[in-house]
Amino acid sequence: MAASALETQKLCKSFGALSVAEDIDFRLAPGARHALIGPNGAGKTTFVNMLTGRIAPSSGRILLEGHDITKANQAARVRRGLGRTFQITTLFRSLPVLDNVALGIAERDGVARRMWKPASRHTEITDEALQLLATLGLKDDARTPVQDLPYGRQRLVEIAIALGLKPKVLLLDEPAAGVPSQDSGRILEILGALPSDIAILIIEHDMDLVFRFASRITVLVAGEILVEGTPEEIASDSRVRAVYLGEAHG
Amino acid sequence: MSGYTSNPRIRWQESLPWILALGAFFLMPEYLSLGARILTYILWALSLDLILGYAGIITLGHSAFFGLGAYTAGILSARYGVTDPFLQLLAAAAAAALLGISTGAVILRTKALTLLMLTLAITSIVLEIANKASWLTGGADGLSGVTVAPILGLFKFDLFGRTAFLYCLVALFLGWLIVRRLIYSPFGAMLTGIRENTTRMHAVGAPVYWRLVLVYTISATMAGIAGALLTQVNQFVGLNVLGLEPSGDLLVMLILGGVGRLYGAFVGPVVYLIAQDYLAKQYPEYWYFGIGLLLIVVVLFARGGILGLIDKVRDKWLQALSRHRSSAKASAR
Amino acid sequence: MILYVISVGLSITMGLMGFINLAHGVFAMAGGYILSTVMARLGVPFPLALACAFLVVSLGSVVLERLLYSRLYAAGELSQVLFSIGLILMSMAVARLVFGNLAAPIFLPDYLRGQVHVTGRDFPTYRVFLIFFSALLIVLLWFGVERTRWGAMVRAAVDNRSMAQSVGINTSHLFMITFALGSGLAGLGGALGADILPVQWSYPFEHLVSFLIVVAVGGLGSLCGPFVAALLIGVADTACKYWIPEFGAFLIYAATIGILLWRPMGLFGVRA
Repeated sequence: MAASALETQKLCKSFGALSVAEDIDFRLAPGARHALIGPNGAGKTTFVNMLTGRIAPSSGRILLEGHDITKANQAARVRRGLGRTFQITTLFRSLPVLDNVALGIAERDGVARRMWKPASRHTEITDEALQLLATLGLKDDARTPVQDLPYGRQRLVEIAIALGLKPKVLLLDEPAAGVPSQDSGRILEILGALPSDIAILIIEHDMDLVFRFASRITVLVAGEILVEGTPEEIASDSRVRAVYLGEAHG
Repeated sequence: MSGYTSNPRIRWQESLPWILALGAFFLMPEYLSLGARILTYILWALSLDLILGYAGIITLGHSAFFGLGAYTAGILSARYGVTDPFLQLLAAAAAAALLGISTGAVILRTKALTLLMLTLAITSIVLEIANKASWLTGGADGLSGVTVAPILGLFKFDLFGRTAFLYCLVALFLGWLIVRRLIYSPFGAMLTGIRENTTRMHAVGAPVYWRLVLVYTISATMAGIAGALLTQVNQFVGLNVLGLEPSGDLLVMLILGGVGRLYGAFVGPVVYLIAQDYLAKQYPEYWYFGIGLLLIVVVLFARGGILGLIDKVRDKWLQALSRHRSSAKASAR
Repeated sequence: MILYVISVGLSITMGLMGFINLAHGVFAMAGGYILSTVMARLGVPFPLALACAFLVVSLGSVVLERLLYSRLYAAGELSQVLFSIGLILMSMAVARLVFGNLAAPIFLPDYLRGQVHVTGRDFPTYRVFLIFFSALLIVLLWFGVERTRWGAMVRAAVDNRSMAQSVGINTSHLFMITFALGSGLAGLGGALGADILPVQWSYPFEHLVSFLIVVAVGGLGSLCGPFVAALLIGVADTACKYWIPEFGAFLIYAATIGILLWRPMGLFGVRA
């Protein structure tokens, strides 16, 4: 029985003498809508990279639905149900939108290894990809190369790929970053409509989005968790105010 | 070309290479030996395109597999008297596959320059071994006395190269079938994904390393078969199938034809080898100069090679045509 | 040690610009030809001829860099490899046309010929000279890179080009100068080593693998890496020829593979 969807125990990371993460004990509940905030340089991206397996922690454990994934590589974690989007869009730029999503779905279904039947004839993959695109309003762009899309829609493709993996835990690294304001509404809509059985951790600087989306917020400062709680608790916490007001003045 | 939105139906243009090849068979009987050699290089180029054009592995060491296959066939025949062509091919394929999987597993964890260096080092080692183990390989003199028994007991390798040509053509056809299937399959789409954005592939759960090792081994096997075919056609194998030079040549051929577009591997070797046959013997310096210049021009202005240029020209032509049509329609109203 | 002088330039340019320049040997060859020509045709004394080799090759490389190399910085590995192969082919053709098939004759000045008596054994004077020269070079380079402002900028740009640019360092200017230095060093090395590594039209291709091994094993972007690597190779080569002549270059290649697998960034690689 897994009480948490994703959990870290005493997670630490240091580069030589520089410590970027100290004793992080973090819990993501199943079906959570959880946000991770903190000033620049707090170590949020490092934390996410440790969760996804891009960097190895110096010490500590990471558990996905109770399974220890600390030593597992990126691909293994993805197959166990951990999906992520990247802060800087990491897409197959010259490939059509459909392929971008289909590649992930094919991996999930084990179809990607098949060498005989043409990919486009694998309708179980392409149909699912098209359906997914439709829910995100990207169906008309299915055959367009990603690099020809406006940036806001590229961010949506980023989310689509992650969703295609049918993750149990989804890490969204600044999904609205760099998106012009008229498009970020769309992103918000989509985030709100995500299935409730997926546990979602979102890293964001946009406080508006954070407070509208999250039911729980963790504040990370200088590699340590400062405080964790509901949006109301965080908003009224004087230490958080100090960190952010200090930021605003400095 | 590959991927989930592509159309895998065989287009009429795709029959051109085979029509041309058969045409050459009937119409140019004096050139069939050269033709057979060209066919083996096309097969070799196909194998390189698989890893270079589709998976994005940049290697200068592909001659290791070609040469190993060539020598395996040669040694089996000249030293051990195994003359059945299919056995020779099988042995070459097995040897190359073994080398491919063992070196691939070891070096594919690295990237960029390190990977390039390792491929170079490996083919250099194979060259050294071939050079020094002259009791087995004939050393710098090469291995002659390679005999190939008649294929299926019926078709003898004749002086004019007719059997050789058709034999290689059939082999190429089979190789082409396999590569084409692979490219259009989900596996091929996945390879393209690795080439386009390896980080993303990791992030969708692809075991990138193992996939690369697999395609590297497949490519090595094909290259080994191509090498064996060359030995069978020439009835000789020498050191010139190993080392940096043939790898570089093949790279140039593929770029010339167009990387990552399947038929670049057909166009490139044909153009290069025919031109080389005419020019290199008479004016070797000008040949090198010309190829070097061509390479630089291609890199700077025509990355898609000959086929890329044809595409561009065709696109411009189609654009002009549609503009003409729409302006004709407009003025007709 | 010749390998070092030639290859350190490659380490710098490849490490700095991230450009896979297989044509580095071309600059070395050019240096060798310049030395030979200038000394034979114009009667220029050896040291001056060396300086000549360095300068002419540097200037030439700047032209090439501005015209061609700079277009390909962002073009991706394959393009760079192909481009440098093309350059090699062209320069080999030109060399053969202009200088013919024979190696360029080098006439060392009298004071560098013969033997030198050190600690009871005789060493060829020229080799001793080379060792001292390389040592001097490494000191100068180290000083230049570690202590001067230019060196600091180079190190910054190697580490993170866009950051360096945003701090106001003119990276394209920097690249040009560093490329000129690296190629000039290659020219110098080619000239110095012309006695040992004969300069002929096939030079860039023949020695490509050696240069690459030195740089890859030593580590891109480092100064002492290639020195150590060149030393190791030199020692291994001599030892092999002495004890196990049948194995020749085999051991060097195997060692290269081993070292690169153990340390993919090279022994002293910048981004270890």
